[in-house]
Amino acid sequence: MYVAVKGGERAIENAHRLLAHARRGDQSVAEISLDQISEQLGLAVDRVMSEGSLYDRELAALAIKQARGDLIEAIFLVRAFRATLPRFGASEPVETGAMRVQRRVSATFKDIPGGQILGPTFDYTHRLLDPSLAEGFVPEAPAAAEASTAPTPRVTDILGRDGLIESSPQAEEGASVGDLTREPLNFPADRDLRLQNLARGDEGFLLAMGYSTQRGYGRNHPFVGEIRFGEVEVELFAEDVGFAVPLGAIELTECQMVNQFKGSATEAPCFTRGYGLAFGQSERKTMSMALVDRALRARELGEEALAPAQDEEFVMSHSDNVQATGFVEHLKLPHYVDFQSELGLLRKLRKEFAEASAPDAMKEAAE
Amino acid sequence: MTTIAELPPGFVDKVLSAQSTFRSVMDAMARPGSVQRIVPMAGAPATMMRGTAAIALTLFDHDTPLWLDARMSESSDVTKWLKFHTGAPVVQDSSIAAFALVSEGALLPALECFALGTSEYPDRSTTVIIQVESLDAGRSFELRGPGIDGVATLQASIKPFDLFERLGMNEALFPRGIDVVLVADDAVVAIPRTTRVVSKGS
Amino acid sequence: MNAPAYNFAYLDEQTKRMIRRAILKAIAIPGYQVPFASREMPMPYGWGTGGVQVTAAILGPSDVLKVIDQGSDDTTNAISIRKFFAKTAGVATTTATDEATVIQTRHRIPETSLHANQVLVYQVPIPEPLRFLEPRETETRRMHALAEYGLMHVKLYEDIARFGHIATAYAYPVKVNARYVMDPSPTPKFDNPKMDNCPALQLFGAGREKRIYAIPPYTQVVSLDFEDHPFEPYRFNAPCALCAAENSYLDEIVTDDKGGRMFVCSDTDYCEGRQAAGHHGSLSAAPYKEKAQEKSNG
Repeated sequence: MYVAVKGGERAIENAHRLLAHARRGDQSVAEISLDQISEQLGLAVDRVMSEGSLYDRELAALAIKQARGDLIEAIFLVRAFRATLPRFGASEPVETGAMRVQRRVSATFKDIPGGQILGPTFDYTHRLLDPSLAEGFVPEAPAAAEASTAPTPRVTDILGRDGLIESSPQAEEGASVGDLTREPLNFPADRDLRLQNLARGDEGFLLAMGYSTQRGYGRNHPFVGEIRFGEVEVELFAEDVGFAVPLGAIELTECQMVNQFKGSATEAPCFTRGYGLAFGQSERKTMSMALVDRALRARELGEEALAPAQDEEFVMSHSDNVQATGFVEHLKLPHYVDFQSELGLLRKLRKEFAEASAPDAMKEAAE
Repeated sequence: MTTIAELPPGFVDKVLSAQSTFRSVMDAMARPGSVQRIVPMAGAPATMMRGTAAIALTLFDHDTPLWLDARMSESSDVTKWLKFHTGAPVVQDSSIAAFALVSEGALLPALECFALGTSEYPDRSTTVIIQVESLDAGRSFELRGPGIDGVATLQASIKPFDLFERLGMNEALFPRGIDVVLVADDAVVAIPRTTRVVSKGS
Repeated sequence: MNAPAYNFAYLDEQTKRMIRRAILKAIAIPGYQVPFASREMPMPYGWGTGGVQVTAAILGPSDVLKVIDQGSDDTTNAISIRKFFAKTAGVATTTATDEATVIQTRHRIPETSLHANQVLVYQVPIPEPLRFLEPRETETRRMHALAEYGLMHVKLYEDIARFGHIATAYAYPVKVNARYVMDPSPTPKFDNPKMDNCPALQLFGAGREKRIYAIPPYTQVVSLDFEDHPFEPYRFNAPCALCAAENSYLDEIVTDDKGGRMFVCSDTDYCEGRQAAGHHGSLSAAPYKEKAQEKSNG
């Protein structure tokens, strides 16, 4: 006698309970707080806010806790929450030139107006595991100096004054900015949509794509014009009062890549731009994004597009880790109906093959 | 001048009324020629039938450019009501409209004036909503096409009288084309671009 | 903290309007894939987000919802989706095909004939039937625009040249209303004939790929084939071991590690209904009564 499998509902409930238990871990160990995640795992929070497309440290910290530290799962939680939020409008473009910079480096000039500011970075640390961090570590007070009031103009603007770099491509006056979370994406996609896609894109995917351009798959001779990290004001134009009202400040990382361009019959040679922007401190992400942004401008700049990073459909269709992880992981779901069809087909094909290749032997075996 | 407070109201229960109205329109579109009823009622400005108002509240918003016939676009009651309740931008250029509202058939322009979609994106076409006199009495039309089990018979009093002749262009244009929704009070009939009239009685 | 508060059937009204407009165009252009701005849903892409969005956009409080995966109401993902709508929309749910007004499915069409008051919502992973022949959206869109389906026929004919017959067992392409070639979703080709001239409305949602398409009721749906190699639905050699059905799609159950196999209906509701009506297969030992008992106990 055979009774079909039942009890899936209870299995799901039990699995959720077990997950909650595993998430908490050993209950004799103190529970981690959202503040602790936000303060001490700040770069994880930054990444979840960036790729989750939602600037909310507390919710991102909650998502990381709920996801047991699985950042793609946390990004997914934030995205699903964001999807149903009402839209009130789009903010005014943020002025990154007026950023209160905590870190700012340029690789293209030894010194720049406003100065190079190293800020909090892993860059020159020796990657030696530090046992003193294991417990009870109290950091030294940071070195402090009078805050500089010198303006920190963007390096690309300095280059732009001499016409050495293309002017930043401008959208048509009054043209609305696309939003691929609200409108279906069509190819070819304009740069606004490409940048949005990259800003939401998986850091690891963009890193590999950007890296591939450096290794010759769509090489574009990049220099870091500037990376800056700090706080900017966000404003929303309020129609009823007729001016932009401040909403608050957010932390951003911006990377402006300066790339070679040989010019054309109608244009003098000049540098071109690749752009990266992310919430929080996300340098690897913004640098990779800038490399890929520049690669994706191949069509616009009349370059031959042969490498994967220059292929807009390829990059944009595969950059989103929430989409990618869903579809890869859906292979866990039962597929036995399709498999049965394949099994039947395969058996038939094998039988036909055996019959065709050894008709006599088959006959004997059948007898 | 009408103030916002004086405008006829929208749905009492936005969520469930929109759902119910949508199902009526969906059933109408899926079963061309069948008469579906719109149950939930909202207030409607003059020149707009109850069914039309419910459809507007259900399907229109900021993302749907809207074309109005002369009678509707000249009525500030209609335009204010639509703007307040749906936010849909009213456009002069019918060829970019997602929806067109025609208060009576005589005011229907040539169908070629509307968006017909492209071969790549035939869905980018105008859905034309036409108010008619009756969808249960009048001339009978025999319809065929997807959604219809054999032949569907529609009895209706429709203007313009040659609407179905005009819609004949859908056959040559397919997959591009115009989808029409007919409204008579609370009754709705859809004639998607795949529907063909096979005969007409008197 | 911005504590979440969700709408009826989860989606916000603006999203529902957008999906509803896409559904209407999909019905008006049978088999054509309408792009839509798919939202992130609280379940992963690839797990039915397209079907869930379509269902959420059409579902009302008087609907009765059935959800199946692999033909069964009891597979974990079917349970998960059914619970999602029971929770967010408070709709009645059922496992009985006859009683349902909306049926969301993954990989199967119920054996019981559908009727005119039903909507069948398919979960679709890859909506583009030409995708595995041509990976570029810009190209496949052009091919659909020109009804240029030669590539698909070449592929099917290559099968014939190699194997003597078409070697596609599931997601077998169909032509809808003599115009668009359409992916029926990964249903076994056994189910293809059920799509043709079906009294119910069939809606297809692909969330990750952001496409909605439809087959209106009573619409011609033809499985692609050749005059000398007509479409053949998959046939099983044995009846269902539980209900003795001879014309249903069967799952193969491995019963031991010595080659033991049995075949039972994949449509569990259909199979249970037949057993309740007194049909017994070779391995049925009247488990029906116990099950009925379990059900009434909740």
